[in-house]
Amino acid sequence: MNMSILIYTEHQEGKFKKNSLEAISYGVAIAAQKGIDAHALVIGETTAPLPELGKYGVKKVYHLNTANINISDTKTMSVLIASVSTQQNCDTLIFSNTLSAKGIAPRVAVRLKAGMVSGAVDLPENNNGFCVKKNVFSGKAVTEIKVLTSKIVITLNANAFEVKETGGSAEVITIDISAPASTITVTGINKIAGEIPLSEAEKVVSGGRGLKGPENWGLIEELASLLGAATACSRAVSDAHWRPHHEHVGQTGLAISPNLYIAVGISGAIQHLAGVNRSKTIVVINKDPEAPFFKAADYGIVGDAFEVMPKIIQAVKDLG
Amino acid sequence: MKILVCISRTPDTTAKIAFTDNNTKFATDGVQWIINPYDEWYALVRAIELKEKDASVIIHLITVGNSETEPIIRKALALGGDEAIRVNTDNQDPFYIASQIAAVVKEGGYDLVLTGKETIDYNGSSIGAMVAELTDTNYISLATKFEFEHGKAIICREIEGGEEVAETTLPLTLSCQKGMAEARIPNMRGIMAARTKPLKVIDPVTVDTYTETVGFLLPPPKAGVKLIPADTPELLVKLLREEAKVI
Repeated sequence: MNMSILIYTEHQEGKFKKNSLEAISYGVAIAAQKGIDAHALVIGETTAPLPELGKYGVKKVYHLNTANINISDTKTMSVLIASVSTQQNCDTLIFSNTLSAKGIAPRVAVRLKAGMVSGAVDLPENNNGFCVKKNVFSGKAVTEIKVLTSKIVITLNANAFEVKETGGSAEVITIDISAPASTITVTGINKIAGEIPLSEAEKVVSGGRGLKGPENWGLIEELASLLGAATACSRAVSDAHWRPHHEHVGQTGLAISPNLYIAVGISGAIQHLAGVNRSKTIVVINKDPEAPFFKAADYGIVGDAFEVMPKIIQAVKDLG
Repeated sequence: MKILVCISRTPDTTAKIAFTDNNTKFATDGVQWIINPYDEWYALVRAIELKEKDASVIIHLITVGNSETEPIIRKALALGGDEAIRVNTDNQDPFYIASQIAAVVKEGGYDLVLTGKETIDYNGSSIGAMVAELTDTNYISLATKFEFEHGKAIICREIEGGEEVAETTLPLTLSCQKGMAEARIPNMRGIMAARTKPLKVIDPVTVDTYTETVGFLLPPPKAGVKLIPADTPELLVKLLREEAKVI
């Protein structure tokens, strides 16, 4: 029997995560390379339309809907995911490299005795074994990793592969596997409501010390809201408590790779660049023409943010 | 409580990234090496803070690497920790490394294993979870807080768009990030003390290697910045829509 590819698909509030749809498109593309099928795995109760995952190219959706699954328990989740993949003859597992996958995917890899590539950025090449490219040195280089095992686990970086719709509907297969008893109890969740999570954002507007104080963040927030972008900041800004820690992007904060990154009043220290240099288009607005960030930028404006930003905001409004 | 802190050696954050031997090896000439910042600032310092509150806490450090990593282990011992273990190998496969750490965890009966959230060179973020799986413990990634009171571990971790608080018991494996502890620098007393702290070198256990590095690539250089005059910023908006097609 042919092996197939299994893509772990995350959902939230009745929707599939966009990053998981990227992982599905990636898994489907690998399946096409190998001439095999790709299937999705969804865990937990959801109102998200499971058969519709077929339009991204998966043949089956395995829905594991056992009661009382503690999705925050990496042990529980890895037991379940590894069990499904073994039962259903899947030798390649794809995850989006999300915060939760970072806790689960390596455990699954160990359970399955699978070689793992974390943070893949491109489709595998099969000329000389199974080789996958991943980012290393905080985005400053790419390495090619050869997987030596027959089973493979890959986590795909956000925004590294485009979601592709091919049309079609998937067969939904409900699976009931009893989850092992969990010894982790979640006692609280604090979600920041109404914001676009930075790790999932396609566009990001980010501010630095050049904005002079938290009272001036209206400029960042207004442009972000007009563009449907998330807001971010430099380390200096989060250290000064002008903005919350979860907005800090850079070497010690979050590494992101949106399609558009607009940096306002950020000089572009190497540690900041390490977190954002994988963004597809980088715009830098800074009054210092010597700011190192301009060297990493695609578009730049040398000017005072307080004069330039209102004009940009107006121009975006004029786009309608 | 017996804690094992996993320490990696990484190039300094400002090190020039280049490759030799037909792009198969990292060019180490002139590179300053540091303790991986997440291992140092968050995992190790949190362990030290726990020991400062409770003197019965024992801290061991582990690194998996060749003898060139020893200056970094001494530097870590200068910050704190009772003794260190180095597993003598050049193997870089995450499963291989995790298996070495797991063997030491099982042998030493550690209650808590701390790692940084990822290394700044491999960016794998996978060793902690692999060690947890190999030692059959709970694992919480990207922890921003860890408290231990009356036999109960309370952990905050980052989740998409927020934070989650969880309770569990030991043994436990955690990957640590910003929020866990405040970075500190070693003092002279620590540096002197580190010289005489035990550093045990052990041979690796035999396990399979699951992956190998084929080579490296540097990203193509940016074409150069297109500067837009400050008095016509609306031109930027036009270019983002029509040329870059991102808005």
